[in-house]
Amino acid sequence: MDRTPVIVGIGLSDYPRAPHLDGVQHHCLAMQRALDDCGVPKSEIDGYINAGGGGGMMIDDPVTMAEYLRIDHRYIDGTMTGGSSFEFHVQHGAAAIREGLCDTILVTYGSDQLSRMGRTLGTGGFARGRQRIGGPIQYEAPYGNSLVGAYAMAARRHMHEYGTTSEQLAEIAVGVREYATHNPNAMYRDPITVDDVVSSRMIAEPLHKLDCCAITDGGGAFVMTTAERARDLRQPPVYVLGAAGAQTHWNISQMPDYTTTAAATCGPIAFERAGLTPDDVDMAMFYDSFTITVLLLLEDLGFCKKGEGGSFAAEGNLKRGGRLPLNTDGGGLSSCHPGMRGIFLIVEAVRQLRGQAGEVQVPDCNVAIACGSGGWLSAIGAAILGKEHP
Amino acid sequence: MTSSTNAEVVRGQEWERPTPAKDGVSSHYWEAAAQGDLLIQRCPSCGNRQWYPRAVCTECGADPEWEAASGRGTVHTYTVIHQNYAKPFRDELPYVVAIVELEEGPMMMGNVTGVAPGDVRIGMPVEVYMVEAEEGLAVPFWRPARS
Repeated sequence: MDRTPVIVGIGLSDYPRAPHLDGVQHHCLAMQRALDDCGVPKSEIDGYINAGGGGGMMIDDPVTMAEYLRIDHRYIDGTMTGGSSFEFHVQHGAAAIREGLCDTILVTYGSDQLSRMGRTLGTGGFARGRQRIGGPIQYEAPYGNSLVGAYAMAARRHMHEYGTTSEQLAEIAVGVREYATHNPNAMYRDPITVDDVVSSRMIAEPLHKLDCCAITDGGGAFVMTTAERARDLRQPPVYVLGAAGAQTHWNISQMPDYTTTAAATCGPIAFERAGLTPDDVDMAMFYDSFTITVLLLLEDLGFCKKGEGGSFAAEGNLKRGGRLPLNTDGGGLSSCHPGMRGIFLIVEAVRQLRGQAGEVQVPDCNVAIACGSGGWLSAIGAAILGKEHP
Repeated sequence: MTSSTNAEVVRGQEWERPTPAKDGVSSHYWEAAAQGDLLIQRCPSCGNRQWYPRAVCTECGADPEWEAASGRGTVHTYTVIHQNYAKPFRDELPYVVAIVELEEGPMMMGNVTGVAPGDVRIGMPVEVYMVEAEEGLAVPFWRPARS
């Protein structure tokens, strides 16, 4: 029995604006589409993962959703590392399948963030008004930092140490937007220039509005199983070649080095497991909550040296036709970011590896990397996926 | 605890910001701040110094001891916040959020005040002062060092 873990089904719910769906409905629609995609009957799902944490305290946590979807699982995981959760899920799901804890795993995500909360969410800060704040965030909450501000402090330090410029960061947003012009569902589809980015409104110096991701609705799902089971399914399998995750901190004040993420730890582990190097990767799905996120992941995963991410981007490597095409769906920066984007990285990487990406198809795409960043550059998960059986 | 910070404590200002909820460890930190002391922790086993305070040493897991910091540091990195919809911060825009590297080594978050946001630089020497939020609870802030 070949228990090599594969991804066989992918599905997205409706985005970027879906006022007709609530969060749970996003989970459900994405599941239906992922099952339709691969032809696995729902009754065959014996493992379930989502990023809802645990405890049955939320409307869409794993045990509640397992009941709602009626998945009689013998493997369940609720790992919640923020946006990178789904790269951790690939790691955990692959291990569970290899070990025989279950045979076929469903992973789902759904968020109605835009329709429910509106677009002020991302920069609104962690705490409002006079409320009392406990836990480690009590040491940060009085200072009015924002989500963007946390990333901005990393960007500022990178500029200080390595001379990285706002124009170099802007190149990342420009390249991702170019891909978004080909995605009819993308939130923002008009082409932009470096000048547009650096002259857009400042949100938290040095990050401008166009250095920041969109705020959207959306959901996604994928189905993992064994290479054996994949043989008679509708879609060609995508192999999990290597997946790893690591964490350096959670709250931004505890980041040990403001220019290095945990990708420097988990990237080499994922590549070692895959028996590959960054040179072997044909396209990248990097978490682009902010332009600086991409730049740090690029460096920490070894696609360029530390400090050279800015010039790597400015040389056009991440753009269409470049050395490492990035975020071909239009990314979180321009297409879809409903709060935790990690699942979209997996879905798009699978689409590319199957050769189903239409006009944004990366030619000869054999190996893709999905790298998620959760929290405030805190918990990083990397999944290296491939078209060929390892 | 052998030393003290002797920082200025600003009292009597209206406090509209989120207020820390004291717990078994943090109560010492916030109460000391109200007396003008910026507390960090030092581990008697391994010598590690840490901020924020915890019930264990992050290096070796032993019980840390309190130590008053000098209250001097430098800006390690910072941002100028231009957008925050939350009260009261939205009325204070733009303002500086920084990571300050203490003379003793640990880094901590704070606001740098008393200087135009555009004049803040990485490496800038800063000194701590406290703002009382309520009786027995003050929050450390930073301003350019005087000497």
